[in-house]
Amino acid sequence: MKYKKWEPWLYLSPALIALAFVFALPVLRLIVLSVQRKSKGEMIFVGAANYTSLLKDDVFLEAVGNNLYLLISVPIMVGVALLLAIFLFEGIRAWRFYQITLFLPFLLPIVVVGLVFSYIFQLSGVLNEFLTAIGLGRFALDWLGSTKLALPTVMFVVIWKEVGLGVILFLARLMSVEEELFDAAKIDGANWWEMQWHITIPQLSMAIEFFTIISVITMLSWVFNYVFVITAGGPGNSTMVTELYVYLQGFRYNQMNLAAAASMLILAVTIIIIFIQFRLREGQAGWEEF
Amino acid sequence: MRKAEQIPSLMGRGARQVIVILATLLSLFPIYFMIVSAFKSKDAYMANKWGLPTTLNFDNFATAFSGGKFYLRFANSIILTVGAVGISLMIACLAAYAFARMDFRWKRSLFNLFISLMIVAPVVLIVPLFVTMVQWNLVNTYQGVIFIYTGLMLPFSTYLMTNFFRTIPREIVDAALIDGASNFSIFWRIFMPLSAPAVMTLIVVNALWVWNELLIALVFLQKDELKTLMVGIAALRSRNYVDIPATMAGLLIATIPIVVLYLFSQKYFIRGLVSGAVK
Repeated sequence: MKYKKWEPWLYLSPALIALAFVFALPVLRLIVLSVQRKSKGEMIFVGAANYTSLLKDDVFLEAVGNNLYLLISVPIMVGVALLLAIFLFEGIRAWRFYQITLFLPFLLPIVVVGLVFSYIFQLSGVLNEFLTAIGLGRFALDWLGSTKLALPTVMFVVIWKEVGLGVILFLARLMSVEEELFDAAKIDGANWWEMQWHITIPQLSMAIEFFTIISVITMLSWVFNYVFVITAGGPGNSTMVTELYVYLQGFRYNQMNLAAAASMLILAVTIIIIFIQFRLREGQAGWEEF
Repeated sequence: MRKAEQIPSLMGRGARQVIVILATLLSLFPIYFMIVSAFKSKDAYMANKWGLPTTLNFDNFATAFSGGKFYLRFANSIILTVGAVGISLMIACLAAYAFARMDFRWKRSLFNLFISLMIVAPVVLIVPLFVTMVQWNLVNTYQGVIFIYTGLMLPFSTYLMTNFFRTIPREIVDAALIDGASNFSIFWRIFMPLSAPAVMTLIVVNALWVWNELLIALVFLQKDELKTLMVGIAALRSRNYVDIPATMAGLLIATIPIVVLYLFSQKYFIRGLVSGAVK
């Protein structure tokens, strides 16, 4: 194909302009905002003062702790998705039906899911009524009203919604594995566990890695919708997360500069994950094909 | 849930089937709960929270639509979805054409940058974007939010389209070149029509994302008449007195467009998600 030297840039320019305005300039502005503070109506340079006040703010520290706590769900999600995908793959009657239904939660708006679950988990909600009805009344707890239970309950909702993506990804990958691999293992007399360990898991490694990375990112920086709708950070600050902290500081308490510093810390974590991802991908298929 | 009792007597294949069925029931219960509650009167809901409704009650839908706000929010969500998905699609296809079919300096680094941007959470950008949008008078406008959504969707969209464009055989392009077609007409008359499945995928994935988005809509569209459906729904939670069946009716209506979109385009949708992970 013949083209002038500047031609690729012509096709790229709308995208580059949009990305500059939505990503690049905001990040530069974020850096500036995070080292400033408003004083008598003017922005003044304060160095790392916003960062040090963040690290002294118990609410922020609790938010960070809660994001880290949510990481517990990553191995759970990978494990559950793997198990369900393998079961579906090994042939279950009407597996296509289950594939659709298990994926349905992933499609629903988080706002809708969050609201429905908050009615389910209410003190007088469906779950507790059900538990009482089957004689398990002592397990009818205040799922969203207790500082100890609220975060695990929110985590359950996140897992409930996001695990379907893992099932779909793993199943799609399993379907493209050559059948001879499984047959050969069967002939060698491998039992079920050996088969999963030596064939399924290695074949799925890329998909598992991908799902793990996006789940980690979800838990660290994409849980705002869940928390905002289900608990709004409460009771107390027991379900506060860094995103909600940014939102509240920036748009409720008018502390834009503090919010900017917190955003910078989330960005720093994101960049670390991007870096890890590229290290993992090094030498793997992708650009070499070009 | 009665199926669980059968576990001990079933071995192997049967046990697996039971686990999958349990997982399915768990997946479906909240959806079931939303649907049946939407058709119960308040009293019927209080008396019988999880059972099927004894009589179908459509009053909740009338309540959800009353006051006309629901229509307004619905329309706002549609405007943003159509605008942002359409614009980002065009821009992404142009960029993908350059990535897939041309060589230029920094191509590899630039593409890696696009991939990296996919995982940057919007929360990182809202504070500076808000400051900028205030200066440009774009807060509380459709254009401002469509612009932000477009930018946020571009990395994934460009990635997906680039991967698809790369699979289009070179011979087709060569044949067109012999006919004297320009690069842009190859893009427009060959690449775009051949990419219909990928374009479908992208429309569905992106439309779902915009429709479900909360944070940006919350921050940038604060005027009541501009609020989106999701922002309106999220506000229901903070009310002290909630009419749960009426709320459920509203949630159900807000979910239907998505489920319809999904059912009509299931294979494209899954293909698109999978192509991001497994090649």
